Amino acid sequence: MQTEIKFAGFGGQGILLSAKLLAYAAMKQDFFVAWVPSYGPEMRGGTAYCTVVISDKRIGSPIIKNPSHLVAMNRPSLEKFAKDVKPGGVIFINSSLIPTRSERDDITELIVPANDIATKAGSIRAANIVALSAFAAKTKLVDLEILKNCVKEEFAAKAKIIPLNMKAFDDGVNITNNS
Amino acid sequence: MSKVLMKGNEAIGEAAIRAGCKNYFAYPITPQSEVAEYLAKRMPEVDGVFLQGESEVAVGYMIFGAAAAGERVMTTSSSPGVSLMSEAISYISAAQCPAVFVNIMRGGPGLGGILPSQGDYFQATKGGGHGDYHLLVLAPDGVQEAVEMTMKAFTLAEKYRGPVMILGDGLIGQMMEPVEFPDDLKTEPSNKDDWATSGMDTRKSNKRNLVRSLFLDPKELNANNLALKAKYEQMKKEEVLYEGYNTDTDYKVLIVSYGTMSRVCKTSIDMMKQEGIEVGLLRPKSLFPFPEEAIFKAATKESCKSVISIEMSMGQMVEDVERCIKGQKKVDFYGECGGEIPSPEKIIDVIKGLL
Amino acid sequence: MGKTFSTPKSFSDNYTHYCPGCTHGIVHRLVAEAIDELGIRGRTVGIAPVGCAVLAYNYFNFDFQEAAHGRAPAMATGMKRVRPDLIVFTYQGDGDLASIGMGEIIHAANRGEKFTTIFINNAIYGMTGGQMAPTTMPGQRATTAPMGRDTDQTGMPIRMANLLGELVTPGYVTRQAVLKPQQVNKTKKAIKKAFEYQVEGKCFSFVEVISTCPTNWGLTPLDSLKWAEDNLLPYYELGDYKVPE
Repeated sequence: MQTEIKFAGFGGQGILLSAKLLAYAAMKQDFFVAWVPSYGPEMRGGTAYCTVVISDKRIGSPIIKNPSHLVAMNRPSLEKFAKDVKPGGVIFINSSLIPTRSERDDITELIVPANDIATKAGSIRAANIVALSAFAAKTKLVDLEILKNCVKEEFAAKAKIIPLNMKAFDDGVNITNNS
Repeated sequence: MSKVLMKGNEAIGEAAIRAGCKNYFAYPITPQSEVAEYLAKRMPEVDGVFLQGESEVAVGYMIFGAAAAGERVMTTSSSPGVSLMSEAISYISAAQCPAVFVNIMRGGPGLGGILPSQGDYFQATKGGGHGDYHLLVLAPDGVQEAVEMTMKAFTLAEKYRGPVMILGDGLIGQMMEPVEFPDDLKTEPSNKDDWATSGMDTRKSNKRNLVRSLFLDPKELNANNLALKAKYEQMKKEEVLYEGYNTDTDYKVLIVSYGTMSRVCKTSIDMMKQEGIEVGLLRPKSLFPFPEEAIFKAATKESCKSVISIEMSMGQMVEDVERCIKGQKKVDFYGECGGEIPSPEKIIDVIKGLL
Repeated sequence: MGKTFSTPKSFSDNYTHYCPGCTHGIVHRLVAEAIDELGIRGRTVGIAPVGCAVLAYNYFNFDFQEAAHGRAPAMATGMKRVRPDLIVFTYQGDGDLASIGMGEIIHAANRGEKFTTIFINNAIYGMTGGQMAPTTMPGQRATTAPMGRDTDQTGMPIRMANLLGELVTPGYVTRQAVLKPQQVNKTKKAIKKAFEYQVEGKCFSFVEVISTCPTNWGLTPLDSLKWAEDNLLPYYELGDYKVPE
């Protein structure tokens, strides 16, 4: 069984980090994982995207045209990648920045105002963590406690911002569970 | 040690340190600059040497100087940078010094692009610089193998007293995968007393050592080139590495593919298997020496109707594939080289066209 | 009475391949004497250039490497960085150092690499047969400047010691000559000082030596000395261009 998740947004939204944390948590659960960034001119200020592949066997091609799920943090990302998601997948939509929807009826939309929730939690910069935890709570791809620990480990060197990110994580999980 | 999630570029840097290499010289170039960035932090932690040279030309000779002094040393670069280093690689080969070069290939020719490519197969396996020489070339298909091959490269470079190249591509450099660093791949550095210019005081004998590549006497030059040739013959006997995939079936088509491209082919093979189509893959892990016999054997299997070399190039390895099949089977080629890696579906279309 | 003059241990007994009247032999000997006097032969590694001194390793008696054209400073950098205890020097001519190897020497000097460079400036390519060098004088004939160096086309000769002396990084940069016995003595002192700075781990050290090339200048050895005095020394002024504090 293989699952692929595309994370997309503006450069600076923490897309690559969210994706890495998901891959990391999956690795800790003994899945095979690959984190495949887009690199190149689009890294500089434009749309950044990155794919995480999680599999119970060795990963063949890490190049994925049609991911199982999409985490879209801004409007261009949704417009560009929503059509590629495999039927039955989840499309996370950061409704703080995206007024539109995927216009697909064969997928599940998870609509979360990630920026607003993060701002309330203390900083807009934690929007990527809100998105990550909300998405993870919806798809149950990885154990949430393990994922939360990965977030904590990631910020180990910046202890001051751990409480913010822990709160952002919990808020993300709650909004999914309460929706 | 437990698994860690690392970018290929960073993992290659760490692998060098774990293999006992404390010396690294490099020049920034996309898509491998993370190796230099990683080692700029990491080398000082292990009392190692990190230096950003003024150009790849100079870096090639910094590697030569360090290797001639008898120390383990590595550089990493990407295609245009490796072209600039090729001069030094020729000298290092002639002077018989061990050194490790990593090429995280990007598209070419010229500035080309910065996306993954396998366009430097000829450069890597046929020499690259001037004169009669080869590099021992290993081609990983992922981050774990990049680590293992990098660690092993130092031992091989010393065994053959010459340059070893790890030939990866932008995807392997940029991608993160879980990795382990196997302790048993670290070896003790070989004794270099009989050749290295490490200072006469470091040796018991009072003999001085010369590291050189100039042999004006034709007999001497011929002898040096014969010594190199003998090493390449020994490599062909002892260092051939490859992997077969789905080759225990009655496959109709045999794919030959390496590195990132071979992973896409594996996915295609799995997908075709579900449709009842058997396709085999022979993946060279060493590109020089090339797995000639293994490819011949796999290609001449009764069930196999045709062979196809699939590369992220316009057709380079295919020449070696044809050479080892000796006309026994039809050899086709498929490749793309703009930087977009062909999808498994595209490969399936190509294979079905052969059936 | 003891022995007052003998062959330095760092010097080999071989006859050199240099032409009659060439000053390479003098400079080789000065380097060998300095290394003997400092007692560093067992940890010295020389790096030969491409050019007439490509075979310099035949005339010294310690470890030696041979570089590609112009790349000796990069090799010396690699070697010195991984083995700071070694005494490393490059021995380069003007085509090697000031033309094809300009990038390598500037950057090595600017990084303050702790090795020594002996730079032989005789205003011409020797080994390849008298082609124009970056240090060839205006109007001076060369096989690739048959009418004499045309500075409209090729610019003015490069003064390496002046150039390196301008770098802000501390270093020892001097220009000497070996056209007269007094100059030879001064060059010896400069070369020894350059190695001393390296032994102390102090700085990059660079000794430019104004030399002759009777064969490619088409002059007798004696006339060469005079030609160099009259034509090279006014443009290439002798003296220290930088001394570390």
